Amino acid sequence: MNISLILNDNKVNIDFNPLRPLLEMLREGFALRSLKEGCGRGECGTCTVLLDGKPVTACMVASGQVEGRSVMTLEGLEGNESFRRIQRAFMETGAVQCGFCTPGFLIAAYALLRDNPSPGREDIRRAVSGNLCRCTGYTKIIDAVERAGEILR
Amino acid sequence: MPKKTGNTERKEQIRSDALRKVRGRALFIEDIPHDRLLHGATARSPVPHGLIRGFLNIDEVRAMEGVRAVLTAADIPGENTVPFVKDDYPCLAGSEVKFRGQPLALVAAETRDQARAAAEALKADIEEYPAVFEAVDAMRPDTVRVGGDDNIHSSYRIRKGDIDEGFRAADIIVERIYRNSHQVHCYLENMGMTAVPSPSGGVVVSGSMQCPFYVHNALVRVTGLQYSKIRVLQAETGGGFGGKEDMPSLQAAHTALLALKTGRPVRIIYDRREDFIAMSKRHPVRTRIKYGASADGKITACEAEYIVNGGAYCTLSPIVAWRGLIHITGPYEIPNIMADSYVMATNTVPCGAFRGFGQPQANFANESLIDELAEKLDMDPLELRRKNLLKTGSVTATGQRIGESCGMEEALERTVKRISFRRRKSGDPGVKKRGMGLSVTFYGVGLGAEGKYFAKSGAQVYVKEDGSVLVAVGNVEMGQGSETVFTRICADTLGCPYDMVDVLEPDTTRVPDSGPTVASRATMVGGRAVLDAALKVRDALTRSAADIIGVRPFDISVSGHKYVSSDGREAEYIEVVRAAYARREKMAAQGWYRVEGVSFDEKTGQGDAYPVYTFSANACEVEVDTETGQVKVLRLVAAHDIGKAIHTPSAEGQIQGGAVQAVGYALYENLVLEKGRILNPSLTGYTVPTSVDVCDVVPIIVESPYPEGPFGAKGLGEPPMVGPAAAVMNAIYDACGVRVRKTPCLPEDIMEELKKIT
Ligand code: FES
Ligand code: FES
Repeated sequence: MNISLILNDNKVNIDFNPLRPLLEMLREGFALRSLKEGCGRGECGTCTVLLDGKPVTACMVASGQVEGRSVMTLEGLEGNESFRRIQRAFMETGAVQCGFCTPGFLIAAYALLRDNPSPGREDIRRAVSGNLCRCTGYTKIIDAVERAGEILR
Repeated sequence: MPKKTGNTERKEQIRSDALRKVRGRALFIEDIPHDRLLHGATARSPVPHGLIRGFLNIDEVRAMEGVRAVLTAADIPGENTVPFVKDDYPCLAGSEVKFRGQPLALVAAETRDQARAAAEALKADIEEYPAVFEAVDAMRPDTVRVGGDDNIHSSYRIRKGDIDEGFRAADIIVERIYRNSHQVHCYLENMGMTAVPSPSGGVVVSGSMQCPFYVHNALVRVTGLQYSKIRVLQAETGGGFGGKEDMPSLQAAHTALLALKTGRPVRIIYDRREDFIAMSKRHPVRTRIKYGASADGKITACEAEYIVNGGAYCTLSPIVAWRGLIHITGPYEIPNIMADSYVMATNTVPCGAFRGFGQPQANFANESLIDELAEKLDMDPLELRRKNLLKTGSVTATGQRIGESCGMEEALERTVKRISFRRRKSGDPGVKKRGMGLSVTFYGVGLGAEGKYFAKSGAQVYVKEDGSVLVAVGNVEMGQGSETVFTRICADTLGCPYDMVDVLEPDTTRVPDSGPTVASRATMVGGRAVLDAALKVRDALTRSAADIIGVRPFDISVSGHKYVSSDGREAEYIEVVRAAYARREKMAAQGWYRVEGVSFDEKTGQGDAYPVYTFSANACEVEVDTETGQVKVLRLVAAHDIGKAIHTPSAEGQIQGGAVQAVGYALYENLVLEKGRILNPSLTGYTVPTSVDVCDVVPIIVESPYPEGPFGAKGLGEPPMVGPAAAVMNAIYDACGVRVRKTPCLPEDIMEELKKIT
């Protein structure tokens, strides 16, 4: 089936099985490799993207569902100055270890800070609770989002 | 709170691998494209024990859409074994299958779905045997035989002093049994491997792994190729925690066999379920432990029996049990000890390396029991620990004298101060009760006497014309920060800026066998190899600097990014490099480091088990809801004497991440097995802590330098996982007066114990 969507601010078309997950369409159809498959069942958040501006797990969305909608991945957000600040805060705070979860956390953090410029630590914890990280224990990730919030406010 | 730091300082703190990771450009194995790639999948045993008579439909499976190869044990060109401590683990089951999920056959197909469908469809003809699942059952003389003639994969013992005399001298004796279930690594990146046939008839294998040289050895055995035909590369690795120490050898062997058979690149990536079912786990352990102490709180004797369920094959279990045993009496000076460990073979998934390597189980037992002993003595558990702690000059259970680098006391005192340690003794009124708990641990850094043949590491440092530096190492980055540590050791030695150093992807054809990246050894051992190489190049740079300045090399030292003479004249690093090139100095060097001086007598269990120890203390405050049994950890402080922190944010990150894994181990992570079948192989069925389940972890770094380590550093990767579980359990007891002697401690366990006391 032909699917058309706004991907990272560009209008694009692709011939892709509408029942296959969006994660697969983005990784294999568009070679967007920032999003990862940690579970394929909506449990880990490593495949987080923005669908019409809201964070979703791309493994749980069927490709056909994004027809006519807007999808944003880390690759598309890199032109955004606020997003780059969040990336920098993650680097400076030591919130990155193995890095497999990092793109998903960055997107969840971006969506949070866009909607709530001064989240408390508990707000941050809730906002990223769909993203698992097995390396950091979360403390430095929360620090990073808090710090990015301070800079962006 | 984020630290308030200046701009340059903040930049200095950034890890060398952070940029590629925040940009989503790090290349994990699934991110590397290949032309004509085939996908591999594994057919696995549906029964826990049996005799394989053959396959019922192999020709039909070969004819399925997209299938390009189906391989069984009979197709293995080399030996059918993946070498770990023993050579008992078959690459593919030959005649006997010993656990559910054991690999039986391999499939390669054009798509991942086709490969998986074919692997699912393959039917083996298996005569099912009776099976045994629990370690204690495997000990019975009349039971099923899984391994050897007594089901014992291995055993070790420690005999120190006179155990009977020790207990006679005691006024109080306590003895308890503690149990731990499996723990699953749950690295976020599942195991994955790609093999590409090379024109010379060999194979290049890359993937998610901790130990490229183990993989290389395994490939030689299974393919029958000579060492030089094989090349192993580590791709970016999305967490390991020990789980990618042993199992990648197996997955790499499978992938390579398919690639050699088909002549095409093959990739095998497990999905989460398969990773849960077939990969190694932390061992279930049953520990019986007994302390005797005099009325004034001096521990006079300790007896322990540590029984490990190793699973169907022995993998690394003997060394796990050895490490557990060495540390089982706790970081205390105890004159009389008798301790035994057994690793039992059962028809369950083989267990292997997991951060802490046998010590979390041992520490859970001994540090819970210390609190129970304190209560019997009517003594503050903090006081009891202070009275018996190891310090410089103390003698360990194996008779080893503790050297100068011992920050045990400092770690403990700073921890209790930071958390304002105070016990409540179940004093809270109301439903939600708070309490505090404590634990102390020590950790032998590196492989120790039983792994000493791997205790070596190589590196190469190559300074280019513009002063930029390439570093090749044999120890890997898997999230723990070793790449940054190597960068710093090299840059600080040469006097060059951090951003001029690039660490190359680990490659078994580039540096000599450097042993595994495990046992918290990357900094201490790999770091020494980098230092050794960098020092050799620095000699050449020093000669050049002396030439420029017009003094003897003797008078030159490195300070910041300058070479400085004793009378204060300077030459910039880059200027010195140019001069060295003009003089045709050799600007590349190999480094090597080998750990010496460890020993262990298998009869008595006496010897210098490890070159040095990391010392740690953990304290936490919990809140127990006595109506639901829910436990919330409110605060957690963890102090570790690591000799020297080479990169502080990475060290803190290790402490925080390890502590949260340990909280998961204590309270949430519950793998359910029924007759060897894993019932909850998913991240919702098996819950690891999320951001809302845990609190911030306060890390404290104690630096009691170890002269042999690079810049005084010891090791840190594993210790953070060892101690917190006991601290949590002690805090629960303090809060509500119940003691659960198992991990995980689930709400229903607490409710059951609460019922007993009310
Ligand atoms: S891969 Fe989508 S949530 Fe895990
Ligand atoms: S950094 Fe490894 S999972 Fe988060």
